[in-house]
Amino acid sequence: MSTGESNVICAEHEKLYKTLDAFIEEVKDKPGVLIEVLHKAQEMFGYLPTEVQSHVAERLNLPESQVYGVVTFYNFFTMKPRGKHQIKICLGTACYVKGAEKVLDRFKEELKVDMEEITEDGNFSLHGVRCLGACSMAPVVLIGEKDFYGKVTANEIPKILKKYRG
Amino acid sequence: MRMKIQTVLVSVDSSSALRGARQFKKHIEENVKKYQLSDMVEVLETGSLGVYKDGVIVAVYPEEVFYEINSTDDAEQLVTEHFLKGRIVKDLMIDKSVIKHEKKETGKLDREERIVLKNVGVIDPGAIEEYIARDGYMALAKVLKEMKPENVIDVVKKSNIRGRGGAGFPTGMKWEFTAKADNPEKYVICNADEGEPGTFKDRLIMEGDPHSVVEAMTIAAYAVGANKGYIYIRGEYYGSIDNIRKAIKDAYEIGLLGEDIMGSGFSFDLSVRLGAGAYICGEETALIESIEGRPGRPRLKPPYPPVEGLYGKPTVVNNVETFSNIPWIINNGPEAFKALGTEGSSGTKVFTLVGNIINRGLVEVPMGTSIFDLIYKYGGGIPNGKKLKIVQTGGTAGTFMNTKKLEIGLDYDSAKEGASLGSGVILCMDEDSCAVDCAKTVMEFFAHESCGKCTPCREGTRVSVKLLDKISKGQGREEEVEQLLMIADVMEQTSFCGLGQSAAIPLRTIVQSFRDEFSDHVQKKPCNACTFVEPKKKKRSKR
Ligand SMILES: Cc1cc2nc3c(=O)[nH]c(=O)nc-3n(C[C@H](O)[C@H](O)[C@H](O)COP(=O)(O)O)c2cc1C
Ligand code: SF4
Ligand code: FES
Repeated sequence: MSTGESNVICAEHEKLYKTLDAFIEEVKDKPGVLIEVLHKAQEMFGYLPTEVQSHVAERLNLPESQVYGVVTFYNFFTMKPRGKHQIKICLGTACYVKGAEKVLDRFKEELKVDMEEITEDGNFSLHGVRCLGACSMAPVVLIGEKDFYGKVTANEIPKILKKYRG
Repeated sequence: MRMKIQTVLVSVDSSSALRGARQFKKHIEENVKKYQLSDMVEVLETGSLGVYKDGVIVAVYPEEVFYEINSTDDAEQLVTEHFLKGRIVKDLMIDKSVIKHEKKETGKLDREERIVLKNVGVIDPGAIEEYIARDGYMALAKVLKEMKPENVIDVVKKSNIRGRGGAGFPTGMKWEFTAKADNPEKYVICNADEGEPGTFKDRLIMEGDPHSVVEAMTIAAYAVGANKGYIYIRGEYYGSIDNIRKAIKDAYEIGLLGEDIMGSGFSFDLSVRLGAGAYICGEETALIESIEGRPGRPRLKPPYPPVEGLYGKPTVVNNVETFSNIPWIINNGPEAFKALGTEGSSGTKVFTLVGNIINRGLVEVPMGTSIFDLIYKYGGGIPNGKKLKIVQTGGTAGTFMNTKKLEIGLDYDSAKEGASLGSGVILCMDEDSCAVDCAKTVMEFFAHESCGKCTPCREGTRVSVKLLDKISKGQGREEEVEQLLMIADVMEQTSFCGLGQSAAIPLRTIVQSFRDEFSDHVQKKPCNACTFVEPKKKKRSKR
């Protein structure tokens, strides 16, 4: 990696930190605001590496251990980068009954990754999630935040993935 | 006394429109402006308010006065008399019971008794006017205008409503404890962290009828003396979050939230907090920890939230479905509510039917409806001509049963007979399902969601997954099946919070109901559903 490139990354990060700081400034007097700030930080950075956590801790005047404790407690927060498209497969009981396992296996096969892993090109990552509250459409797959796929069969998975490729 | 904020609803359905409803509405608006009342009077259009003679019906809140408007003169008189001088225009006023009577006849209850879901799928959840047009915020108006806080609690207590979030605590008593707690600062929290696998009723209520939750929380706040509330919504429920946020914003805009609501002097602020993906945060004290910005680990109870809750202050925590019953109870009276359901469990319950069942989805039926009716009458039975084999009621933390006791009616007392009501899930599994596999899935869920604070739950769930895995592969021993039952007992008796205590229930009931099948696995006899000989072909491979 050339130094030029890392400078670009730095500049971009700096911008993100600035936006985050502005957000923190706005909300920091509200009680119990840490989780809200982490939601925001993850939305911006995509994940919460230790640098971001330390930064948040410093700005909110909290011990780093407390921030780390919250990040590791909640499933929603991640310290590893996730794919551009996060594929969340419901592993709730209703989906299990309707064959979620087969769907999961097919995703693993197509993407050549295991659970909680990211594809080489960074385009996809695979996650198991709790019941998504759409059990009448089981088995359910959620891609990103809002693309719901219900009554998914293993065979239609290549077609689904195609939409997010290219 | 003139109210600070008044709302005029003009009924604009197709027949009222023909009678000039839109024109009258415009005329009212113009006059409101002309007399410089814009800051105090809001004019809204709504769907049908009912039928009365030939005029257009207009309702004024919070006074809840109904008028029949036949001309622009009538419209002007309404503004100059009612709004400017604060006098009711007797000549134009109509008896609202006449309208309502007609409304009830047209809008008969269908086969399902709809209280909680009455608006879901009927109104546009983004349009506050549509909610208002279907008696929305009428209960709040009544409460703020006519009732003392203790009267509200009295009505809720008389209705006998109990919590719909799983524990079934009497709501009126919870409110009373909070009201009586001596502290100037109190909170109302709506538990919308719906995480019980198989449950999605709260999501549908929030997406389809968000104002019912906002209205009910405001009523609760008035009853217990709280001025601040939070709705804690599961982070993945994007649709619910959007709709609730919009509802709150709209309610603020027309003065149904915020300072001095409807001129009553009562103020209430409401905001949304997002969950971050932990089942345990549905437990009320863990939820409170989470709102305070910490990991959601449960607190020791007592003290219970009504005594010491959010920031150590008295706090009401209720489930979404519990709240959305409240406006109906206020409007229709506790007796009407008690007339539905069973002796110890009044009202209706929203059930979610999932798994191998033809009509997957939600139904709202009176408490006490039998499992059989839920599966076969409302659920349409089991698809593909298969036989029903396993039923789990109440959610992942609920009871498993075979098909021998389907006649049990589900209510708060049915757990004693072996079927818990819980959050109202009915999960059906057909003959192709394996009980051992199913037990493993459930215990994996609890092992994953255990917060790790106490040993019986953390280790109990982990060890039972291990044992079940062995048994499912034909490598278990009979003692190990017994051991599962023992683990269940220990978890139930010694776990710190409801998660560990309730994880014992599915474990014990599935082993007991399918004891032979567990023994068959131990003796390496194959079951229909899993082929232990070649573990790879099993439905559920190891993650
Ligand atoms: C592990 C666990 C998870 C829970 N999850 C929920 C939930 O998702 N939603 C809910 O309303 N109550 C949940 N509860 C019950 C709450 O602790 C509490 O009893 C309820 O919110 C009170 O409201 P209600 O009286 O209106 O039912 C859960 C309890 C436990 C022990
Ligand atoms: S029972 Fe389970 S979830 Fe509850 S405190 Fe103990 S470890 Fe945590
Ligand atoms: S179990 Fe998968 S959506 Fe409910």
